[in-house]
Amino acid sequence: MASVTLTIDGRQVTVPRGTSVLEAAEAAGIFIPTLCHDPDLSPWGACRLCVVEIPGMRNLPASCVTEATEGMVVYTASAPVLEARKTILELLLANHPEDCLTCHRNGDCRLQDYAYYYGVRASGFAGERRALPVEDENPFIVRDMNKCILCGKCVRVCQEIQGCHVVDFAYRGFGTRITPAMNVPLGESTCVFCGNCVAYCPVGALVEKPMLGKGRRWEVRKVRTICPYCGTGCTIELNVKDGRVIGVTSAPDGDVNGKALCAKGRFGMGFIHHPDRLQAPLVRKNGELVEASWEEALELVASRLKEIKEAHGGEAIGFLSSARCTNEENYLLSKLARAVVGTNHIDHCARL
Amino acid sequence: MTNTIREIGGADFILAIGTNTTEAHPVIGLQVKKALRGGAVLAVVDPRDTELARLAHHHLRIRPGTDVALLNGLAHVVVAEELWDRDFVAARTEGFEALRETLAAYPPERVAEITGVPADTIRAVARGYARASRASILYTMGLTQHACGTANVLAVANLAMLCGHVGKESSGVNPLRGQNNVQGACDMGALPNVLTGYQSVADEAVRAKFGAAWGAEIPSRPGLTVTEMIEAAGEGRIRAMYVMGENPVLSDPDAGHVTEALKKLDFLVVQDIFLTETAQLAHVVLPAACFAEKDGTFTNTERRVQRVRKAVEPPGRAKADWEIVCLVARALGYPMGYASPAEIMEEIRRLTPSYAGITYERLDRGGLHWPCPAEDHPGTPILHVGKFARGLGKFHPVEHIPPDEMPDEEYPMVLSTGRRLLHYHTGTMTLRTGTLEVRYPEEYLEVNPEDAARLGIESGDLVRVTSRRGLVEVRARVTDVVPPGLVFTSFHFPAVAINRLTNPARDPVAKIPEYKVCAVRVEKAGPAAAV
Ligand code: SF4
Ligand code: SF4
Repeated sequence: MASVTLTIDGRQVTVPRGTSVLEAAEAAGIFIPTLCHDPDLSPWGACRLCVVEIPGMRNLPASCVTEATEGMVVYTASAPVLEARKTILELLLANHPEDCLTCHRNGDCRLQDYAYYYGVRASGFAGERRALPVEDENPFIVRDMNKCILCGKCVRVCQEIQGCHVVDFAYRGFGTRITPAMNVPLGESTCVFCGNCVAYCPVGALVEKPMLGKGRRWEVRKVRTICPYCGTGCTIELNVKDGRVIGVTSAPDGDVNGKALCAKGRFGMGFIHHPDRLQAPLVRKNGELVEASWEEALELVASRLKEIKEAHGGEAIGFLSSARCTNEENYLLSKLARAVVGTNHIDHCARL
Repeated sequence: MTNTIREIGGADFILAIGTNTTEAHPVIGLQVKKALRGGAVLAVVDPRDTELARLAHHHLRIRPGTDVALLNGLAHVVVAEELWDRDFVAARTEGFEALRETLAAYPPERVAEITGVPADTIRAVARGYARASRASILYTMGLTQHACGTANVLAVANLAMLCGHVGKESSGVNPLRGQNNVQGACDMGALPNVLTGYQSVADEAVRAKFGAAWGAEIPSRPGLTVTEMIEAAGEGRIRAMYVMGENPVLSDPDAGHVTEALKKLDFLVVQDIFLTETAQLAHVVLPAACFAEKDGTFTNTERRVQRVRKAVEPPGRAKADWEIVCLVARALGYPMGYASPAEIMEEIRRLTPSYAGITYERLDRGGLHWPCPAEDHPGTPILHVGKFARGLGKFHPVEHIPPDEMPDEEYPMVLSTGRRLLHYHTGTMTLRTGTLEVRYPEEYLEVNPEDAARLGIESGDLVRVTSRRGLVEVRARVTDVVPPGLVFTSFHFPAVAINRLTNPARDPVAKIPEYKVCAVRVEKAGPAAAV
C-alpha cells in the first residue's frame, strides 16, 4: 500500500495513503480533541473541535475530514488552533445546562474534560438556553436534549450500526435538535432500545435510565464478561457498586460485538438482584418446600439418589444440564452423571 | 457456525432460513444489515413478514414444514442450469450422483405447489446464491424444530456444498444457537451419546480414556434425550431426575404431559436461580449463583470460547453450580473438588482435543475459536478450509415429508412459535428486569386479518387456542405479519404456556420436537364460548 509522510508538530509520521490527519496524529500519539468523531462511524466534520493549522490552507481545517498528504505540515496546538477550540467550547457551554452536579455523566463527559483541559468557563456567552422537557417515559433511555451538543453520533450509530434510522436532525438554527420522525417520544417511534446511541453519546444527553442515581462513574467497578442471553455472546461490562450490579455498559472492543448490544444485554440485568432469587436450599416436608441447611439438603439428595441407584440401577436416574450454565459446570454435571451415578441419561435443551 | 459472526457482514449473498435474526440474535442481525449496506442480496425464507423479511430482496413466504422441498428445489435449479461448482464437487465431495437423482423430482413448478413460493422466485434465489462469491446461509430453530429437522439441515448442507460455498471467508453454513451456552453444553458432553468434544460413549478407547481420568467405569449404552427421559419418567423407567438450570415444564412440548411425568418421579432435584415452574415440583431445590456471580467460560454460536467473570457475590446461601455439583458428588462418596473453574478447564482440555489449547490465561487476551488443539494454535475461525473433518463432504439426498400434524377440519390452523426481541426463553430472567417486562408486559397471538374477520376476532380480544394436547388463552393481535391460516406466539410468558399445545413428535435422528408446526383451533374466548 502506498504511504505518505507528513510532519505533525515537528514529528515525521508515515501513514498509508487515505489516512486522515486526525488518524495520523493519533497513530503518532499526538492528542487532538473530538466530539463528533468516532472510528466506528463515518467521518462528519461537524463539531470542528479537531481543527488544526496547515500552512497553505485557508482557515483551520477539521482534521477528521482532511486527508494526510505527502510533505504536509500540521500544527495541532498553535495559538489560532487553541483559540478556535476555546470559542467552540464557549459556544457549546453557553447553551448547556449548568447541571454537572447531578448529571449522570459527571466525570465521564467529553465536554467537561475539554472545558477543563482548555480552561473554558460557561460564562463566556450568556446566551439563550434551550428549555426542552426531559424525555423519560420509556424504561430504558432518558433523553435530555438540553444537554445535546448536536454531534450527530446517535444519528450515525442508529443508521450505520443499528440500521434503524430512528433519529435525525430536525429544525434549524438555534432550534436544531435530534428527534425521531414526527417529533414523537422514543417509546412511540420505531426505536428497538438497543441503547447503542447511548453508548456513543459523548455527554449526558442520552443515559441509561436504570442506572440513574445509582452510582457515580468513578465509584463504579466495571467487570468485563459475556451476556447471559442469546448465543451471539456479546461482551458486556457489568457496572458494580457496593456489591451490586447497577447496570451494563459496552466494553470498548467486544470480540463479537464491538460496542453494540441489544436491549436484553444492555438493559436486562435487573433479574440479578431480584427479590425472587433463591437464597437457601429448600426441601419438601409434608408437601411444602421449606428452607433447610446445605448439610440437610445434600444429605437428602445423596441418600435418595443412592437408594434409587441401589434399587433400580444408575440408569433409573436422569440428568438435565443447562445451556445457560458455564462449560465447566456442564462438564462436571456430565462427570457426576457418568462417573458417579453411572448413567448416560444426560441432556439439555439444545433441541428446544 | 462454520464461519464467524463478523464474516456475515462481508457476504454478498445471504440466505436466511427460518431465522428472525434481528429479533432473536439482534447483534448478528447488525451484520446482516451491514452486508446489505455493502450491496449484498438477502433472501429470507419465513412464513412471517418479519423485520428481516421486510429488508429482503426475496421473501419466500413458505408454507410451514416444507423447507426440504424448497431447498431441494433450489438445488434442482443449480444442477439443471449447470450453476454448480464442478471443481469443488469433484475434489471435496462424494455422493453427487445420488443427490442428482433425488433432486430430479423437485423442479421449481412442483416445489412451488408444495411450498407456495412462486417458481420464478425459486429460480432467482438459486441463481443468486450459486453465482455469489461469498454466500452465507443462516438458520435457527425455524429450520430445526420440525419432525424433519435433520433432513432440513442435510438439505442445507447439500445446497452449500453443491455451490462450493463452504470453507471460505464469509461463505458457509451458519446455524445460530438460541441460548448463550448451547454450543458449550454440547461441546462439554451434556448429551446422552457423547463425552466432551463429541467423543462417542460407544467408543471403547474414549471410555477407557475418561474412565482412567475419572476413576470410574463409563457406561457404554447411549442415554436418553430430554423428551425421552420425560417419557421414561412418565412410564416409571426413570425414577429420579437431577435438573440443573432448566425449566422443562415451560420449555418442552406438550407441557401438561411433562408436569404429569415429573410428578411421578420418586425424587426430583432442581438447581436454579429462581423457583421455576419445574422447581416447584421438586423434592429438593438447590439455590444457584447466576452468571454475574461466578467465573467460567461460555462458547458462543461461532464456537468462540469466552471468559465469564464474577462481578458480585451470590445472594444469601446460594452457590455456583460447579461448587454445588462438587458437593453432591462428595456427598455420594466421590472425591470431586477444584480450587476454581480454571482448574476444571485444565482437566477439560486434557481430555478434549478440540479444547486442548484453551487456557484461562489465553482467554484473558480474547476469545478463542475451537478447534484449538495446542497452546500455540491460534484457534479456527473458519471450519472446513481445504478439507472437511471427515475427509470428503458427503451429499445426503433427502425427501420432503409433510409435517407430522397437518391442519384438518377440527384443528384448521397452524400454530408456530418463536422468540421476541425483548424476552428470552421461559421468561424467568426477562420478566424480572424492571425494564423489559415494563415495555413488553404481555404476550399476544398474531392472527391474520382474513382469519380474524372470519372468526370475529379483533385486536385485544381474548382468544382460546386449542390443540389435540391442550388449551391456552391469550390476547389476539390482528396483523398481516402472519399469512392466513397461520397463528404465531412465543413461549416466554408462563401465563401463555404455549407448549401445552405443541407437538412432541420428534425428528427421528436429532430428536428435536416439532415446535414450528402444530394444528390448532382458534376461537374468541367470551361468555358465549365458556363451557
Ligand atoms: S436505542 Fe437503538 S434504535 Fe433506539 S434510537 Fe438509539 S440506536 Fe436507534
Ligand atoms: S446483547 Fe443481545 S445480541 Fe448480544 S448476546 Fe446479549 S442478547 Fe444476544
